[in-house]
Amino acid sequence: MTTTTDTVLWVVVPYVCLAFFVLGHVWRYRYDKFGWTTRSSQLYESRLLRWASPMFHFGILAVFLGHVMGLGIPKSWTEAVGMSAELYHFLAVSIGAVAGVCTVLGLALLIYRRRTVGPVFRATTRMDKVMYLMLAVVIFLGMWNTIAGSILNLGGHYDYRDGVSVWFRGIFRFDLHPELMADAPIGFQLHGMSAMLLFAVWPFTRLVHVFSAPVGYMWRPYVVYRSRSDRLGSRQGRPGWDRVERQEPTRRR
Amino acid sequence: MRVMAQMAMVMNLDKCIGCHTCSVTCKQAWTNRTGTEYVWFNNVETRPGQGYPRTYEDQDKWQGGWTLTKRGRLQLKAGGRLKNLFTIFASPKQPSLDEYYEPWTYDYENLTDAPLQEHTPVARPKSLISGEDMQVRWSANWDDDLGGSPELTKADPVLAKVSDKVRLEFEQTFMFYLPRICEHCLNPSCAASCPSGAIYKRSEDGIVLVDQDQCRGWRKCVTGCPYKKVYFNHKTGKAEKCTFCFPRIEVGLPTVCSETCVGRLRYIGLVLYDADRVLEAASVTDERELLASQRRVFLDPNDPEVQREAERAGIARDWVEAAQRSPIWALINTYEVALPLHPEYRTLPMVWYIPPLSPVVDVVGETGEDSEDSGNLFAAIDALRIPVEYLAELFTAGDVEPVNAVLKRLAAMRSYMRDLNMGRPGNPAIPEAVGMDEATMYEMYRLLALAKYDERYVIPAAHAEQAHGLEELATECSLDYDGGPGMGGSGPFGEGSGNGYNDPIAVENFHMLQQRQTTDTVADPATRKARVNLLSWDGKGAPAGLFPPKAQDAGLQEPDPTPSEALVQPRPAGGSAAGPAGAGTDPADVSDGGGPVDGGTR
Repeated sequence: MTTTTDTVLWVVVPYVCLAFFVLGHVWRYRYDKFGWTTRSSQLYESRLLRWASPMFHFGILAVFLGHVMGLGIPKSWTEAVGMSAELYHFLAVSIGAVAGVCTVLGLALLIYRRRTVGPVFRATTRMDKVMYLMLAVVIFLGMWNTIAGSILNLGGHYDYRDGVSVWFRGIFRFDLHPELMADAPIGFQLHGMSAMLLFAVWPFTRLVHVFSAPVGYMWRPYVVYRSRSDRLGSRQGRPGWDRVERQEPTRRR
Repeated sequence: MRVMAQMAMVMNLDKCIGCHTCSVTCKQAWTNRTGTEYVWFNNVETRPGQGYPRTYEDQDKWQGGWTLTKRGRLQLKAGGRLKNLFTIFASPKQPSLDEYYEPWTYDYENLTDAPLQEHTPVARPKSLISGEDMQVRWSANWDDDLGGSPELTKADPVLAKVSDKVRLEFEQTFMFYLPRICEHCLNPSCAASCPSGAIYKRSEDGIVLVDQDQCRGWRKCVTGCPYKKVYFNHKTGKAEKCTFCFPRIEVGLPTVCSETCVGRLRYIGLVLYDADRVLEAASVTDERELLASQRRVFLDPNDPEVQREAERAGIARDWVEAAQRSPIWALINTYEVALPLHPEYRTLPMVWYIPPLSPVVDVVGETGEDSEDSGNLFAAIDALRIPVEYLAELFTAGDVEPVNAVLKRLAAMRSYMRDLNMGRPGNPAIPEAVGMDEATMYEMYRLLALAKYDERYVIPAAHAEQAHGLEELATECSLDYDGGPGMGGSGPFGEGSGNGYNDPIAVENFHMLQQRQTTDTVADPATRKARVNLLSWDGKGAPAGLFPPKAQDAGLQEPDPTPSEALVQPRPAGGSAAGPAGAGTDPADVSDGGGPVDGGTR
């Protein structure tokens, strides 16, 4: 049985947040490319940043991959390739714990730095503070789920791959299972809900820099040339208004 | 052969008096903003000295520029692409504000607002970064005129290379000024370091620019540039650099630093080069070969084959002609007196320098000998090892010979011209001694000493017929406005919103647009607060507020409105139909004046 509350919490809210996430990014990219930046504060302070920032970023990348694994890949697939539940659990908890500790430590250091180093704090916007709070809550709850749920087994055993993961994948397949989230432990519910809210504000924070990960750098020529005549004057060309160009006559043989 | 044109600069260091006018005017024009307080696109350093940022030339420390791998391939000194990406979260080799300087202002308010007290109130220095009181300990130019030496000068990385011969006692020291801007390199390592591909070289004139919309603030360019001429705007989180004043160059004006240079020591012009040979030239094994190899990249604009290839590459005829008249080409190639700054960084820099002869002349003069005599000067250049070796570390990767050759030419020019100025016949032996003939030497003298504005700055304008849309020219379709029938492009959020619509270049336009977008009332002369900015009025029509409101009925007192006025600001034909507040104050008149709906009532 799913109540209206469950449907609102685990069907309506996810889609609303997803819409904010996707459309927000499109909007931001179209109208605020200039504001699309990491807004680095390295110029103000680099001693703490040198350790904390890579720790956090590499940690969170590993955590992200872990979530792709845990949420994206159905249990039946890992079983099909012969991975036992124990092995999976061991891998998830061990790698996840290391990544999680790196992330939490890195974030704690970064927040400490942001609060205590004067210039860095002065450069912190209100949106940054909201974002840091939400990010910290999400990460803390996620860490708590891993420690309390998977390691200490507080409140009994819960396999999120039969619950949360199925609900999560269902959102993208329009195969909706709000009841699975309603039955999940409170820690997972809170983690999921706070993560969704974070995704909703994501496009309006500096977190957009995630989507400018410069992967293309690996293949691009070193020096980029651009022509000023690509844009006629200061305005972009419009479809249907191409310049007249003399075509080279095709030579007959 | 792939011919490309490059806008380049040569500075004649003998003429620099270290007045910093170029720095100040550049700062006022480009970096007088929050976030760029510490940024000097143009700065003037006293050499020997640490430079700005401090010790930037120590590439063992800062890892700027290019280096050769063991297999002879060109690679960024800071590491390959993969390493570059993996160090993206905290750039390991970025100068901190300590290396630049902490910008500050003074608490001037205290001078007037301080309560009555025993002591005179003072304006304390306040940091523009933290807002706190601060001790001013360093600036962009702290060691100006050898201030603080010999303690500070010891840290000069260039001096360290020749340190065993250096004397910094004041009686024996030497100094000169080195004005620096971005080098707009042929092989820019900042562009190569940029993970986002936001830094690009313009294919028309070779100016290196940062696309502010594409920059993501990874700060890799700051590491990549060995001259440390890319700066991080800490407010916007984007990289910024010298633009070679491209809006001025495009219309044929010199850069602000050149225009305002008191000593008239800067020359601007085009050089043609072969883009296919750039990589090869930058990859020469011996660092001391780099000067020669970079010279070989340049193409002779008088060579018919080069002209043909230039035409094929789409370079306009007037640009080739400008390259023929270019003072840069003459100073680098014909007279061979200009040298690049730090060719050993392998970026093929395009701001070159004529090394200063003054330290040598001064020393000869102080000995009581005739400092204009070519024999004395030649001997002195050979004897004064220290300045020459120092110059060689700056301009030729340590090779003394090219610097000697340049200084001898300059010395020969002095002696030769002295004879002429004293009314004596020129001595042809003097030019001959430095491999020149009398006519060439006289032309060189003309270019170095007398050249007028249009000889120092040979700047062909960009081909503006390709750029008819420059909004300042107002050559667009007159129906193409917000809400008009000309399919005019306005974004969904009103005028000026959206992608690619009228990016304002002039600050004037920007503020006008911003004001128009954010104001919630129409300019209304009745309130006596609003007014029309005549600077931004294009002469068409009469915007509301241009004239003071007429008594009650505009239509009756002005029975015959001019056609242009009617076109832009149509009013109901019968004057009596005007609204109660008068025609000029109807908001619709401004927001979509002239739209089809209004036009129908005409």
